[in-house]
This record gives sequence, structure tokens and C-alpha cells, in this order.
Amino acid sequence: MQASDRFNINSQLEHLQAKYVGTGHADLNRFEWAVNIQRDSYASYVGHYPILAYFAIAENESIGRERYNFMQKMLLPCGLPPEREDD
Amino acid sequence: MDLEIAKTQEERRKMEQQLASLNSVTFDTDLYGGNDKAGYVTSIPVNEDDENLESLDNEVARKLASYTAPKSLLKEMPRGGDEDDDLGFKKPQRIIDREDDYRKRRLNRVISPERHDAFAAGEKTPDPSVRTYAEVMREEALKREREETLRAIAKKKEEEEAAKASGEKPKESVVAAAAPQKRRNRWDQSQDDGGAKKAKTSDWDLPDTTPGRWDATPGRVGDATPGVGRRNRWDETPTPGRLADLDATPAGGVTPGATPAGMTWDATPKLAGMATPTPKRQRSRWDETPATMGSATPMPGATPAAAFTPGVTPVGGVELATPTPGAINLRGPMTPEQYNLMRWERDIEERNRPLTDEELDAMFPQEGYKILDPPASYVPIRTPARKLLATPTPMGTPLYAIPEENRGQQFDVPKEAPGGLPFMKPEDYQYFGALLNEEDEEELSPEEQKERKIMKLLLKVKNGTPPQRKTALRQLTDKAREFGAGPLFNRILPLLMQPTLEDQERHLLVKVIDRVLYKLDELVRPYVHKILVVIEPLLIDEDYYARVEGREIISNLSKAAGLATMIAAMRPDIDNIDEYVRNTTARAFSVVASALGIPALLPFLKAVCQSKKSWQARHTGIKIVQQIAILIGCAVLPHLRSLVEIIEHGLNDENQKVRTITALSLAALAEAAAPYGIESFDSVLKPLWKGIRSHRGKVLAAFLKAIGFIIPLMDALYACYYTKEVMYILIREFQSPDEEMKKIVLKVVKQCVSTEGVEADYIRNDILPEFFRNFWVRRMALDRRNYKQLVDTTVEIANKVGVADIVGRVVEDLKDESEPYRRMVMETIEKVVANLGASDIDARLEELLIDGILYAFQEQTSDDANVMLNGFGAVVNSLGQRVKPYLPQICGTIKWRLNNKSAKVRQQAADLISRIAVVMKQCQEEQLMGHLGVVLYEYLGEEYPEVLGSILGALKAIVNVIGMTKMTPPIKDLLPRLTPILKNRHEKVQENCIDLVGRIADRGAEFVPAREWMRICFELLEMLKAHKKGIRRATVNTFGYIAKAIGPQDVLATLLNNLKVQERQNRVCTTVAIAIVAETCSPFTVLPALMNEYRVPELNVQNGVLKSLSFLFEYIGEMGKDYIYAVTPLLEDALMDRDLVHRQTAASAVKHMALGVAGLGCEDALVHLLNYVWPNIFETSPHVINAVMEAIEGMRVALGAAVVLNYCLQGLFHPARKVREVYWKIYNSLYIGAQDALVASYPALEDGENNVYSRPELVMFI
Repeated sequence: MQASDRFNINSQLEHLQAKYVGTGHADLNRFEWAVNIQRDSYASYVGHYPILAYFAIAENESIGRERYNFMQKMLLPCGLPPEREDD
Repeated sequence: MDLEIAKTQEERRKMEQQLASLNSVTFDTDLYGGNDKAGYVTSIPVNEDDENLESLDNEVARKLASYTAPKSLLKEMPRGGDEDDDLGFKKPQRIIDREDDYRKRRLNRVISPERHDAFAAGEKTPDPSVRTYAEVMREEALKREREETLRAIAKKKEEEEAAKASGEKPKESVVAAAAPQKRRNRWDQSQDDGGAKKAKTSDWDLPDTTPGRWDATPGRVGDATPGVGRRNRWDETPTPGRLADLDATPAGGVTPGATPAGMTWDATPKLAGMATPTPKRQRSRWDETPATMGSATPMPGATPAAAFTPGVTPVGGVELATPTPGAINLRGPMTPEQYNLMRWERDIEERNRPLTDEELDAMFPQEGYKILDPPASYVPIRTPARKLLATPTPMGTPLYAIPEENRGQQFDVPKEAPGGLPFMKPEDYQYFGALLNEEDEEELSPEEQKERKIMKLLLKVKNGTPPQRKTALRQLTDKAREFGAGPLFNRILPLLMQPTLEDQERHLLVKVIDRVLYKLDELVRPYVHKILVVIEPLLIDEDYYARVEGREIISNLSKAAGLATMIAAMRPDIDNIDEYVRNTTARAFSVVASALGIPALLPFLKAVCQSKKSWQARHTGIKIVQQIAILIGCAVLPHLRSLVEIIEHGLNDENQKVRTITALSLAALAEAAAPYGIESFDSVLKPLWKGIRSHRGKVLAAFLKAIGFIIPLMDALYACYYTKEVMYILIREFQSPDEEMKKIVLKVVKQCVSTEGVEADYIRNDILPEFFRNFWVRRMALDRRNYKQLVDTTVEIANKVGVADIVGRVVEDLKDESEPYRRMVMETIEKVVANLGASDIDARLEELLIDGILYAFQEQTSDDANVMLNGFGAVVNSLGQRVKPYLPQICGTIKWRLNNKSAKVRQQAADLISRIAVVMKQCQEEQLMGHLGVVLYEYLGEEYPEVLGSILGALKAIVNVIGMTKMTPPIKDLLPRLTPILKNRHEKVQENCIDLVGRIADRGAEFVPAREWMRICFELLEMLKAHKKGIRRATVNTFGYIAKAIGPQDVLATLLNNLKVQERQNRVCTTVAIAIVAETCSPFTVLPALMNEYRVPELNVQNGVLKSLSFLFEYIGEMGKDYIYAVTPLLEDALMDRDLVHRQTAASAVKHMALGVAGLGCEDALVHLLNYVWPNIFETSPHVINAVMEAIEGMRVALGAAVVLNYCLQGLFHPARKVREVYWKIYNSLYIGAQDALVASYPALEDGENNVYSRPELVMFI
């Protein structure tokens, strides 16, 4: 990368993106990405009432219970992180 | 005989007439010519201190009043491509060049040695080498004492002189003359004149309580003069002779009995006149080294900029010491010749310098010689001229340099800085000279290495390239604690005092301080005062950003050092003898208050404002309150009452200056608090209103100012009452001859009048007669500030009492014989009428008004014509239809003036037409307008471009109002006449002409044959090069109108041909024009020709076509869905082209296309295009990658996030990092843009051993 490139909009773009939770980077592993996907999914389910109602019917649960469950699952959606092999 | 006499008389009369006419002209421009007066000092200060109280605010106000935009913007000139040799940047400007004398006093300040840090030391007794608060305070007291004594001496002397002159008591005067001399001697031989001691000077004679000082100078205990001056700047300036023992023994040690303080006194030229040098043993040697000592004993008021502190004397820069300001002023950037000359001069001086004691001791045998006293009549030479010559040698070689030692060195060029250091300017050698010594770094002690490192970094920050600067700044910040506060500040601060500093350099150095402050935190405490000395002047800089920077530093400093340290550092300056120091200190204190909160500072302020010791302390304390109010504005409100309470007693202070500043502070507080907080001022109302009855002059002015700001805070009822109370004084002061007083009175009248409770009747009856009698006089128009204030106040009064009253009073003056006065009347009428309309004006007044305006308009001679023009326009427009009877007369005047010899007059007449065109239409004077149109048409041959521009503007105004069909001359005659004018390169002509042509093309294109329009098209192409954006925009629009009028084919052909030109700006404008033509005439008329043009195998043309397509799809938006399939093959080709710009422009075309057709069912074509765009994601050129990313974003909108995600997935976990990086970047922007939409389309991940990655909810099915 040239010295002039270092300060242009494109490099700032990455910096800007990094501010958002859920964005990724080149060193992201499978687990981290999956966690993001799961959390986004649960957030989306909770956010769209019709989908929540659909799941509630399918699982034969109340909508509130469904919502509660989804929110709880957001805590550790994929279980504990795997041991890092490299370090 | 008679004939001859008659002839001679006739001739003389002629000559006199000529002279008279000449006189009248020169008289006007000389005496009344407005602009050149601006630079004059308008009032003579009573004494220097007072002048400074307000001069700054006034200066700012004056500057603000005269400009409507920042100076830099006003000065900015449009530039063409090739004139841009300096890239539009300002040339570096030295700060000192724009400073006035007052601001230059910053150079008189001394960077004081570091002080004792009570926090760090804890219970320990302070190290004797460090100054404690007590010492500093004592020194200040001494200085003040000294100043007072000197003043008393001077005063007495003056009295003597006066007495002598009157010759009353010659004998007494001799006795009295001896007295001051004796007193002066006391500093040197205080034991001798013990009898003459007075209580006043007791400080001097008290035994010094500081242990350190006595310990340090044991040899002088017998000498009753305490070593006050020991750490004084006079001694610290190193001289070659003394350098060796500077650290070892205090200065006095070598020559016992010689008090350095005495030396200082002797060097003061103020005293030199009357002081015979004291006959003391051996003093002479110290004093008689004028050559090198020259810079060491500067005169008061010309103190060297950088004083070195003992112990940190730089290695290389010692001989260079401190530049004499006089020499600095002479010294610009030096040429190499000057350099050599100076070096040579120094060399000679150095060799001829008087021998020092050590040298003499070395030369002569120890025995057999005796040191004799110099004769009593001996006076050492102190020629200022020789001192001024003692400028620093840049090379740092005081003696003859043996060439063999430095073979590589070239003396006529500045030496190349070693080790990749940036270029050094001549004045930098003084500070960074040491870096040039190619010493082995390993041999240096760690301390020296550290110093060297700091110097290197600073030099890089100061003179380096941006990357160098950045890294150096970072290193300085990171290692700040490692370097330590002392070495850092000892390097940075002298640099900031450098007289040749430029704005940019100062900014950088200040930035360094700022960064370092954060890191050092509490370590800065001993250096607070040093830093303040350097930073405080920024607070009164005329540059806004410098002031802000100064505030920021001081605020950070106070946060780092804490309130106690700040107060301890600044307290001694509060009653400094120098007004400059007090002023800047007050401002700095206000910053501290805003940084640490006002409540924290209140107890201190209270104590200072009640100081019994000196009025200066009280004055500064109250001034701090004023500055706080100015700085933090309405944020004073919570503390308003306590602040007022702190200063209120100042209104009755015994010192006049304290009373004045108190009133000014109250004014500032009231202004900051407006419109709230009147309760807090309750306690000062009485003293203020009582005060205006008993005071006169400046104090009264200040009191009135305070009242002026307090009245608007009051309820209507009280405001009315208090206004009446003050009005009687104001009316009395209407007659004051003092200019300042006049301005303040006018301002207060304005403030009172605009308050709610003051009724129109009261103003009309009680104020107006006196007001007009005293202020509406010719003399008021001569000073610009008076003029402005008077107009403002009168307009404010008019808002209360109505138009008729005011206009009726001044309308007669429109025919006054003084032109500036007429102009002032006109401006007032303009503003009043524009504010309030003309409905109050009755028929009689209307007649007078028009008559007066016509007279004033016709009689004007000065260049500043806008006032009359605006006034005329405003009055005519507000009278509206009532002007009808006068229009023939007005038009007659205009016609007559259009034919005038002077270009200005013609221009003004044309401008007036464009102002009143709308009203003429209202009055149904279309025939008259037609007539004017013909007249203007005849003047289109005008050769002055300014005038021609105005004439075109007038024609445009007429055409706009009466329409194309009724226009005379008919459009078909008018337009061909305009075509050649389009060639004119003058900006004003171009702008007005293109506006007029565009207007005709828009509304009346059918009156002109197509051939003429084509001709105009060709002319318009040239106008695309115009510097002014407005002209280019008007031109591009005109292309659109013409294309609409005569069909796009021909216009398009012209434009497409223009794509072949080399000039980039021209091509860009052409592409924009093509896009506009496409928009006005539907894309299908343009696209075929455009796409055909793409076949031309020429880079510029193809890029132009692509760019046009990009603009075109941006403009047409949804309409694009019909054309997307047509252009897809072309874009395919462009996206596969080798040329980067092709791909970039095509990508941006794709973006606009995609955004335009989102949701309109063109997905197939878009996916196809995305396939061509996608391979470009690995481009690195910033513009290309930007365009590609935006195209992909556009696709996200048009195709949905899921489609783009599928493109992304292939690379997110690619083995090559470079690939992954790019793909994640795309993924992230996708994610940020459409997070929710992605949920449905994430890939199904397989579960791990312990982890669940699947999303079972999504497979649920009912």
C-alpha cells in the first residue's frame, strides 16, 4: 500500500465498518461468524412479529415464551467457543 | 488698455475656475474619501494602559464590521489550471509581521525557570535551586517596587525640569537632583546611604529569608544587596567568557563585590543618563565587554526572546545566545552571502573583544601586578549600534575555523542536515545547530543523547514533510514521559518564542505541547508558568484559530496541573507591573475557570478582587471576571450572582481604572446573561446609577456601557424607569467631544430604545430633538465607526417611532452639501424604509424624499456608489405604485447618466434600471421600459466590461419583466447582437450575457432562427471553460434550452465533437451538457448518437461517452428501464476494457442505472452486468475501487442482498488473505446496508463437535 493510499476513503471505510457489531474481518473464524449469524437471526425473529407468531404456532408455545427463548439463546447461541488450536 | 485688462481678468477667472473645480474634487477625495481613512487612528489614547482595555474588542469589531466573509474567502480568486503555480496555498507568513506593537510585547517576556512543585515534594524543604512560590512573589514585589521608584524618580525629575525652566528656585533643584542619584546608588552600595532609606524601600533592606540564596552566594553576605537578580535573565544569558563558571560559581563569585544586580541597573539606559557609574572595584571588566555582551544586556523593553535557564545551556548554541530584537527585525530569511558576511563580522568582533579576567590571569604572572580601580570618570562604551550587530553566528564557530577540520563543509550554502533530517532554515541554526555537529552519538552522555533525540524530533515536526512530521509527533508523544518534562519544554518553548516563527510552525509546535501535556500529566507542574508565558500571547492573537488553540492548551494544562498549581503559577503575574502580562494572565485565568469550573475559582477570585495590596491585583481580578463572561457566555448564569458580588465593590474603588474595569465587567456579564439574570444585578443598580451622576470621562463611559447592557434585561416597567433616569445623563453627554464617549452613548441609546418598556412618545419628545441636534451633523459622517453606530442607532429609534418621524427629520439633509453626510442620510433612509415600508410617508414627504434622492444620486462623486444605488432601489421599491408620477423624471436622469463620460456613472445608471424594473412594471410604464430597452440596446457597444455587464443585467431585468413578445428591440434583433458579446472573457459580462441568452432560449427561442442558435452553441462551448461555477452551470442549462428549441441533433453533434478536446474540464462540462440535453429531449433522441460515438477508437471520446451515460442515467432515473438493454453491450465492452478509467466510469454508470431501475424488473440485465463488474473488486486504484464498490452497493439495492451475498460467499474464507480482506469488505458493506435481509439467506452451516451452528427455526413448516 502506498503512503497516499493510507489515508483515503477506502481505508477509512474498513475502519468505519469495524465500528458496527457483527461485521467481519479477514481473521474471523467459523465460530465467530456463526455466532454473529445466530444472533442476527434471533434478533430478526424477535423483531418481526409475524415470524414470531409463525414459530409460536409451529412450536405450540406462546409468543411471549418464544420471544423469551430467542433472547435467552442470543447469549451463547452456539455454545462455548472452541479451543484455539494455534495458540 | 481696458481690453487687455479685461482679457487678463477673464483668463484669471478661467484659471481660478479650473482650480476651483480641481479643488472641489481633491477636497472631496482627500478629506472625505472614505476608504483610506480606515487605517487611521481615530482616537488618541489617554494613557497606554487604558487604551488596551478595549482595543482588542474594538479591533475585532472593526474587522467584523468591514467584512462580510472571512478575509481568506474574500481574497480567494478563481484560478485556471495553468496559473496554479502556488497550488492555491497561502505563502507562509511570519507571525511577527502582522503583529502590532502591543502584541509584540510578548517577546519581552521571559521563560521563567521551573518552579517548585509542592505536590511532588511533599513535606521536603524545597531545593534551593528551584524557585518557590514565595520567591516568585517576592521578586514580583521587588519589580513593582522598582518600577514605582523609577516612576517617582522620573516624575520628580520632570518636576525639577519644570521648576528649573520656570527658574523659580534654582538652588533647590540642585539638591533635589542629587537625591535621585543618591537613591539610585543605593542598589550598589546600600550600606553607605543607610540614612537615606525610606520605609517604602524596606523590602530591599530586610534580611532575605530564603536560605538558598544566601547559601549560594556566601561571598556576598557582607554586601547588603540581596542577590535578587541572580536568577534574573540578565545573568543567565551566557557569554563566552562566563560560560565556564556559570554552573560552578554564581556570577558574583569571580569578582567579589560586584553585584550582578548592579550590572543590570547600569545597563538600563533609562538610568544611564543620570547615573554616573559607581566607583567600585573591578566592576568594569564585566561591564566593558560590549562586543559579546551586547546581546547579553539588552535594554528593557527589548529583552531577548529566549532566555536560557542555567544548567540546560545547549551545547552548540551557546555563543549564539539570544538575538537582539533589533537585529531580528532587520533580519528576514538570510541569503548565503549575508551569512558569510555575518560570520565574518562575528569573527572580527570575537577577536577584538575585551579580554576576560581569566584570560588576563593566564597572560600575566601572578605576582608583580596589581588590579587597579578604573578612574571615577570612566564610562564604559555602550553603543546600541554595536550591540545590535551582535547577531548570532549561524555556524557556531566563533573563531577562525581551520579549513582542514571541515573539508566537506561549504560555507556559502546551508549545510546539508545529516541523517535524513529536514532542511534547516537559517534562523533554526540557533536552536538546532547542535545537530549539525557530526559527533559520535556513542560518545555523548545519555542526557545529551536524549536532548539530541528531542531536537531531531522537533526539527522534523517543525520543518519536515507530513509523514516525517507525523511519525516524529507520535514518537514525541509516546516517549514524552521517558524524555521528561524538563528537557522537552526547555527545547520546545524557546522555539515558540522564536521571532521568525510562522503560523504553520507555531501551530505544529503548539500541537506538540498539547500531545505531550496529555502524557506528562502531573509532571508538567514545575513548568506551568513557562508554558503559560509562551501560550498566553496566543489568547490575544488576531487569528481566531490561534486563540482557540491557546485556549485548548491552557485548558488541558489546567486539567493536568490542577487548580492549585495554576493559581500558584499565575498569582504573581496578576499584579505584574506590565499591563500586557496582566491582560494575558486575566485571559488565561478565564480559560482556567472554564476548564475547571467557575465555583472552584470563586474563592480565589474573591480574594484577588479584594486585594488591599495593589490596585493592579483588583483590576486583574475583575478583568478575569470580564473575560470569563466573554469566554463562556450564557454559562455564567448559574454563577452570575456570586460573580457580581465579587466585583460589585469595585464600582466604588478608589482607583479610577478599577472602577472602569468593574463597569466593563458588569457590562460583559450582562451581555453574556441576556436576557436573563436581572435579579443578580440588583445590588449594582444603585451604585451604577449613582455613579453616572458623579463620574466623568472614561469611567462614566464604562458605567454607561454597563447600564446599556443591563437595561435590556429588565422588565418593561423598570426598563422605562431606569431609561428615564439615565437618559438625562445621556442627553448631557450627547455633546461630549470625546469620540469613545460618543460611540458608547449611541450604543446605550440604541439599547435603551430597543427595550420594550420605552415608549415611542417619550423617545419622540425627550430624545429625538437633542439626538438629532447633536449627532446628525456632518462631522459624524467622517469617522466610519461613528457613522455606522449612528446609522444603527437611528434605525433602532425608527423601529420605535416609525418611518415618518425619522425620514421627515433627515430628508432635507439629502441635499446637504457634504457628500459623506448625504451618504449617511441615504443609508439610514434605505435601512429604515426597507425595515418598515413606506406606508407612513405622506404625499408631501414622498415628494421631498424623491426629490432628495434624485439630488443625492445625481450629485454623488465618490467611488463608493452602492449606498446611493441601494438607497434609491429600496425607496422606489417600497413606494411601489406611488412612484409612477416620478418615473419619467427618474428615467430621464437614468438616460442622461447612461450617456455620461464616466464609466462608473454609466454602470450605476444601468444597475439602477435592473433595481427598479419590477416597480416600473407595477406602474404600467411598459412603454417607458421599451424605450429604455432600446436605449440600452444602443449602448451594447460599450467598451468597459463592468459597464457592459451592468447594461446586460439591465436588459435582462427588462426582458424578465415585460416578456419576450413585448420586448423592444425585438428578440430577433437583440440576440444576434448578443452572440459576439459571448466571446467577451470578462466574468461579469459572461455571467450576465449567458443569463440573458439562456432566458431568451428558455422563453423566446422561436423568435430566433435555428442557425443563430447553432452559432450560439459554438460560442457556448468556450464558456464551459469559465472559472466561475455559476457561468458554467448557466451554460450547461442553456444547452438544454437550445436543444429543446431546435431539436437535439445539431446540438448533440456539436457537443459530441467537443468530447475530442484535450482539456479535461471542458470535456466534463460537455458530458454534463449531453446528459442535460438527453434529459430535456428524452434519452432516445440522444442515445443512438452517443453510442455511435463510442465506436470512435479514442480514449477521451469513449470515456466522455461513458461519463455522459453515467450522468444520463443519474438524471433520468426510472426512465432508464427502457434503455438498459440497449446500452448493456456497450457497458459490457467498457467493463472489460484494459483502461482503468473505462471500467471506473462504466461501473459508476452501472451504479446509477441499478439505483434508477431498482424494483422495475430489469434484474436479468443487472445480474449480467454484475458479472462484469465483479472481477474488478481486486482493483487497488482508489477511484476505481470506489466506483466498483458503489456499483455493488447499487446492485444490492436493485437485486437484493441475497444475490450479492451469494457472490460474496465464495471468498470469505479463501486461503489467500488478500482475497479474504476484499471479500469481507464487501460483506461488511452488505451487512451494514441490509442486515435483516441477510438472515434468510445465510448458508446452512454444519454443527461442530460441541457447537450448534444450524438454525432449526428456519426449517419449521406448518
